[in-house]
Amino acid sequence: MKWHSSAQMLEPAIRWLTRREHPAGREVTLHRRRIYILPTRAGYVYGMMLVIMLLGAVNYTNSMAFLLTFLLVGLGANGIWHTHRNLLGLRVIRLPAKPVFAGESAHCLYRIENPGHVPRRALMLHRGPSGGEPVAVEARSGTIARLSLPAERRGHLRPGRFSISTVYPLGLFRAWSWIEFDEAVTVYPRPVPANATPPRPSGDKDTGVTRPLEGDEFAGLREYQRGDSPRQVDWKALARTGDLYTRNFEVQRGGNIWLDWDALPATDTETRLSMLCYQVLKAHERGLCYGLRLPGIAFEPDRGAEHRSRCLTALAHFGHPA
Amino acid sequence: MNRVRHTAEPGVGEGPMNWLVAALVVLLAPHFLTQPTWVVGLALLAVAWRFLAVRRSVPLPGRWSLAALAFMATAGVIATHGTVLGRDAGVSLLLIMTGLKVLETRNQRDAMLTIFLGYFVVVTHFLYSQEIPMVAYMVVAMLLTTMVLIRLNAPGPPPGLREQAGLAGRMLLQALPVMLILFLLFPRLPGPLWGVPQDEPTARTGLSDSMSPGSISDLLQSDAPALRARFPDGPPPAALRYWRGPVFSDYDGRTWRAGQAFMPATDPDPSDAVGEIQYSVRLEPHRHRWLLALDPPASAPEGRRLNADYVLFSPRPVHRVETYDLTTVPGAALEVELSAERRQQALHIPDTAGPRARELAARWADNGTAPEDIVEQAMRYFNEEPFHYTLSPPHLPADPVDGFLFDTRAGFCEHYAGSFVFLMRAAGVPARVVTGYQGGEWNRAGGYLLVRQSDAHAWAEVWLEDRGWVRVDPTGAVAPERIELGIRAALSHEENLPAFLRRGDSFSGLAALRIQWEYWRETTAYYWNGWVLGFGPERQRELLARLGLGGLDWRGTVALMAGLLVLVAAVFSLAFLWHNRRPERDPLARLYRRFTKRMARLGTPPLPHEGPRDFADRIARERPELHESVAHFTRIYEALRYGPDPDPDLFRILRTRLRALP
Repeated sequence: MKWHSSAQMLEPAIRWLTRREHPAGREVTLHRRRIYILPTRAGYVYGMMLVIMLLGAVNYTNSMAFLLTFLLVGLGANGIWHTHRNLLGLRVIRLPAKPVFAGESAHCLYRIENPGHVPRRALMLHRGPSGGEPVAVEARSGTIARLSLPAERRGHLRPGRFSISTVYPLGLFRAWSWIEFDEAVTVYPRPVPANATPPRPSGDKDTGVTRPLEGDEFAGLREYQRGDSPRQVDWKALARTGDLYTRNFEVQRGGNIWLDWDALPATDTETRLSMLCYQVLKAHERGLCYGLRLPGIAFEPDRGAEHRSRCLTALAHFGHPA
Repeated sequence: MNRVRHTAEPGVGEGPMNWLVAALVVLLAPHFLTQPTWVVGLALLAVAWRFLAVRRSVPLPGRWSLAALAFMATAGVIATHGTVLGRDAGVSLLLIMTGLKVLETRNQRDAMLTIFLGYFVVVTHFLYSQEIPMVAYMVVAMLLTTMVLIRLNAPGPPPGLREQAGLAGRMLLQALPVMLILFLLFPRLPGPLWGVPQDEPTARTGLSDSMSPGSISDLLQSDAPALRARFPDGPPPAALRYWRGPVFSDYDGRTWRAGQAFMPATDPDPSDAVGEIQYSVRLEPHRHRWLLALDPPASAPEGRRLNADYVLFSPRPVHRVETYDLTTVPGAALEVELSAERRQQALHIPDTAGPRARELAARWADNGTAPEDIVEQAMRYFNEEPFHYTLSPPHLPADPVDGFLFDTRAGFCEHYAGSFVFLMRAAGVPARVVTGYQGGEWNRAGGYLLVRQSDAHAWAEVWLEDRGWVRVDPTGAVAPERIELGIRAALSHEENLPAFLRRGDSFSGLAALRIQWEYWRETTAYYWNGWVLGFGPERQRELLARLGLGGLDWRGTVALMAGLLVLVAAVFSLAFLWHNRRPERDPLARLYRRFTKRMARLGTPPLPHEGPRDFADRIARERPELHESVAHFTRIYEALRYGPDPDPDLFRILRTRLRALP
């Protein structure tokens, strides 16, 4: 229960009344007719307070008490305009959201621009119970607001219709507007280690990593990492420098790591995807050249951030294409 | 208030809490003047505790200790005031509640409630004083409280102090039209809703419903205003400035009281009257029902009543400034036909009182002297015997009449009036004591007569055949200047002149300045009392009549009020839309917009997440041929937009740069 709950009680009705508004593409301007306003719970308490004050003023026939009560009536009413104005004319622009892993929070980012000459304060984004930190936008400038949503399942997380709201300046009224963008955040599967052993170039077959052939083309040295095969350690370099170096071989076609759906223990689809996700992450971390093989789709071995995100996206959307 | 709910609410940060503490100190402090010290002290202590809790992380009291504290404080209020009801006890409780609420304020909602309690505290001050200095103080307090309310509702990056103050001030100013409309047109119920507030300001002085030695001398020490009267045709002559108040016919040997006078007044016979004077009165509240009227009143205004003693009465006690219009008919005859019963009442004196005075009166009345001559003789007696006018008469022995007339012979109006009436009654002339005010200062700027409590006076009326009740002022026989020039003149040689009365002594320099200031202050108070504090159902009708809407009943008034409120709302909506209509009145922003448009035409539109610099960098990458001019443009733009002290020349350069772009 919050102060704003009275307005929130009515929100489903308004949501239904305004259901025909179509999702916007990239940018939304908060026009007068998009903004709704209702008293907050504090607003109702304030109203009750005014009634009590008025009774007191009448009882004591006290002119200053009358004046003060009526001044507070005017102040409260004025809050309607100021709260409404706090949203009016704002531009909300969708920014690309970073993909996240299931179980994390997805942060949808929006740039809020204030073309007016009055600073806007205490703007909140909300979708259901989740929201973000309040932001303020100075006059004629913009700021970035965040809507944090729990990403529970892999695939597309559509923020859908969320609200931008404010109770500023008096907290007696809450103005809000519904915004819906045609947008989606990619949610990668939650990474789960397969049998708790990360895929390693020397990994055994159970991990689902096909043992890579030790490549034939020497590509250079890199720092030794735990788990590197002793056969690949450059002993000469050790003698020379006193440090352990691993000889890195450019892994050739057909001699690469394959992260393979079929090589995983037979569990349900989601677990397998999670395992593959973990392996992609590890393989990328190690700088390996890896390929991904899923039923009906395969990515040739490659490396780099783009490859990684391609693989992860494929895992995210596996079974229900984007 | 369960725990779960509390944790769901956002907490209150240190900044807002400090503001809240500051506002509460300002709101509570003036109650030191009206409430028991321990009450205000306790509330302020609680506020200080909360402050230390923020600053020094002193632990706050737990739920149970708070409950115990609240219980003890309530018991304390009962012990102090004897009740939890009524104004004083109610205010004490409110102050304590406010203090304790601050102590348990942990989240946003508690803080909002505290602010609302703060607004209540503002009202309570007005129950004790509605004078202009207090109102000015409360305007500041309101501004501060509203600033705190705004600060509380601005989570995230807070507005600066100036923005907060500006917004609070603007919002309060914008609330004024609604306030005025409601104040002037909201239907006013006349009386109290739940019984008369008995605890009106106790320090208020005024005439009393009885007269015993010393009852008026208290008043003479007070320069508080008693009433203000506006005379459209100029000030009445000093000799006519007798303000009729309570009339006393019953005497028990020491105290004069009002007799039975329930019958309505017989209309004054204006045949001997010397014209009539119209005027309107603004009477300061005095908690009694009688109203003051210039002697003699022609008739009662609507809703009021003249009793058989020609005392004007209001249907209920005067608890706020009361306004009424009157006509006086100087010289009109009052009650020419005196019934036997009323005559009996006006002749009664206790059998044992004043034996020597009776003897004296009997001598005057001895050989069938006409009542007029008896009056004459008594006046001569006061004039010729060594009577002395003083505000500090010596203590009177057991029989006040004899003691005054034959021993001390020093006193002021009440002594003279009382003993004179006694003498008349003893001599067989019906007589009674009239109290009220005599005199008043003419305020030329305001066009009104100010009558102060120090103008309180008592005189006598005797009933004469064919002439009715005739005013006789025995004080005038002793100190005629008291009647002609007012009490200051009468007391000018007195050693015990009250300080405020002494100001007339010298009119030079500072004293003159002070008189000027007093004069100005008094004029302001006149309008303040008349139009603000005294604004009630009558004033409301008067205002509507002045606007040519005299025929409006309460329904019509409410409709008018609603109409005006809707009008204000419409004007506000338009003003706010107008204010937001062309958001980009900033020439610099317009220039930059033109720049981005041009870039878009050249094939590189800005992306929504890009600031000017990112945009320029991208253009440099994508369109190397534009790099230099765009980079230059952006540099100037940034200097103008974000630079500490932008050079106006830069703006012109920026414009030429824009033109120079392809």
